[in-house]
Amino acid sequence: MFPSRPQARAGARALGWLSIAIGAAQLLAPQRVARAAGVPDRTLAVRGSGVREIATGVALLNSERPTTWMWARVAGDVLDATLLARALRSEGSATTKAALLAVGALALADLMLARRLSQPAPIAPMDYKRRSGFPMATQQMRGIARSDFAVPADMRVPAALRPWSSDAARAARSDAAA
Amino acid sequence: MRALRWHGKHDIRCERVPDPAIEDGRDAIVKVSSCAICGSDLHLFAGFMPGMKPGDIIGHEFMGEVVDVGTDNKALRVGDRVVVPFTITCGECDQCRRGFFSACERSNRNSALADQVFGHAGAGLYGYTHLAGGYAGGQAEYVRVPFADSGPIKVPDSLTDEQVLFLGDVFPTGWQAALQCDIEPNDTVAVWGAGAVGQFAIRSAVLLGARKVIAIDRVPERLDMAEAGGAVAINFDEESVLDRLAELTRGRGPEKCIDAVGMEAHVTRSIDSMLDRAKQALQLETDRPHVLREMIYVCRPGGVLSVPGVYAGMVDKLPMGALMNKGLTLRTGQTHVSRWTHDLLGRIEQGQIDPSFVVTHTVSLEDGPQMYRTFRDKQDGCIKVVMKPNGH
Repeated sequence: MFPSRPQARAGARALGWLSIAIGAAQLLAPQRVARAAGVPDRTLAVRGSGVREIATGVALLNSERPTTWMWARVAGDVLDATLLARALRSEGSATTKAALLAVGALALADLMLARRLSQPAPIAPMDYKRRSGFPMATQQMRGIARSDFAVPADMRVPAALRPWSSDAARAARSDAAA
Repeated sequence: MRALRWHGKHDIRCERVPDPAIEDGRDAIVKVSSCAICGSDLHLFAGFMPGMKPGDIIGHEFMGEVVDVGTDNKALRVGDRVVVPFTITCGECDQCRRGFFSACERSNRNSALADQVFGHAGAGLYGYTHLAGGYAGGQAEYVRVPFADSGPIKVPDSLTDEQVLFLGDVFPTGWQAALQCDIEPNDTVAVWGAGAVGQFAIRSAVLLGARKVIAIDRVPERLDMAEAGGAVAINFDEESVLDRLAELTRGRGPEKCIDAVGMEAHVTRSIDSMLDRAKQALQLETDRPHVLREMIYVCRPGGVLSVPGVYAGMVDKLPMGALMNKGLTLRTGQTHVSRWTHDLLGRIEQGQIDPSFVVTHTVSLEDGPQMYRTFRDKQDGCIKVVMKPNGH
C-alpha cells in the first residue's frame, strides 16, 4: 500500500522540518511572508502562525506517535486556507491564488499521511507451534518424571479405592484378608 | 521506588512509593529483576476480589537479588539470587511441617478477617488483598520478603530469569494440578484453560505419564502452544467440548480433569455460562463456575477433578448429584510451592523442561498498566507478561 508506514513516518518527519522552516520565516520576517502570500500585512497574526508551525514541527520530529501532530498540521492547513480564501475574495491577487494552491497541495499531502498513520499497524499472527519447552519430541518426554518422582501419598487415590485390577488395590485386598 | 498499585476496578498505575525496609529479623529485601502478571491478578484488575484498598502494591510472581537481610535470617546473604514463592510461609507451623505451605498458620497477619470469610485462613500472599495479609506485592523495584529464611529459592546464575521466574507460581501450580490428578499411565487428562498454568499443567501431565492430554480453550495461539506441549486441542468456539471429548475418549470421558480457568470462566453460548454472567452482574453470584460444571459432567465416573483455578466466593447451581453419584474426587488448593521447587529446579537444570517457552511479552514496569489490558483481552498473542522493574 502506498505510502507504506515507514514512508509515511519519513514523510511526517520531512514535513516537520518544513513546518519549522516556514514557522521561522513567519516569525523572523512576517511582512515579507505576508507580501509573498498576497495577504494584508498583519504582523501579529503571521507571527502567531509561525509559532504554531514551529511547535507542530518540533512535536512531529520528537514524538514517537506523530499521528496526532499530523492531524494538527491538517487543522492548521484548513485555517491557513480559510484566511487565504478570505483574502482572495477581498483583494483577488494572483499571488494570493498561488499561495492558496500551495497550501491546498500541502494540505492534501498532510491529509494523506495523517490518514495512513491513523490506520492500525497490521498484527502478524503469533506462531507458538514450536514452543514445547521440552528438549525432545513430547512423545519421548512422556512419563520421564515417573522414574524419579513419587506422587506424595496425600495426593494419591487410597490404595483400596484404586482400580480393582491395579497392583496396589490387589495388595490392599491381600492385606485386608490377612 | 516505582511500583504498580491498584486503585480500583480496571485502574492500575505505576507510581512512586517509599522503599520497603526490614521489619522483622527474618525478613529480606529483594531488588526485583523480573516479575510477571498472573492470571489471578486479572481478578484483582476486574474488581472481583474483596479486600483490596486503593494504593495496594500488587504482584506475586517475582525474583531478584537480596539487598538486605534481617539479623535473624541465616539462610540468605546479600547478593543471593532468589525466586520468591507467591505464598508466604513460616516453615515452622504444623501446616508447613506437613507440607501444606499454602495453609501456613502464621503468615497471614489478617487471619481473623480471613477466618470470617473462609472459616480458617490460608497463608499470607504477596499483593493479593488484605484477606491474605495485606502484604505489598512484587510488581515493584523492591519487595520486603517476610519469613525469608523459609520460602525463597536460591537459583544459579547459569539459568536466565525467564527460566526460573515461574518456579514462584505457575510452574509448581501446573505441576501440583497434575499431581493432584494421581495420573496413571492409561489416563486421559483434560485441561480447561491454556493460559500459563494450563500450559504447565499440560507439560506436567506429559512428564507424569498421561497417555493423552487434551487442552480446551478458544484462543488459537494458546491452543498452538498447548499442542506444542503435547496436547490435543479443542477450540470451544468452533466445536462442542462434550462431543469432542466423547470422540477422543471413545465415549467414556477423561479420567482426570484440570480446571486451570477458575472464577472468570468465559461466557460461551451455553445457557449456564450466560446465566452466570447475568447473576454476577446482579450480584447474585460472585464466581462463574461453568468449567467446574462441565468437568463434573464429562469426567469418567471414578475420576479426579483437580482445581488450581482460583475461586473467591460463592457459586450457584453446582451439580452435586453428578459429583456424588459418579464417585468423583475433587482436589483443590493454592499451591504448596516450597514442596515442589527443589525437584522442579532440578528438572530445569537437567534440561528436562525450559519454562521460558511461556513468555510472550517482556516490558518495563511503566508499561505494566497497559499490559493488564492486553493480557485480559488476550490481544497480540499475550499469554505471559514479564516486567523488568530495574531494567534489562
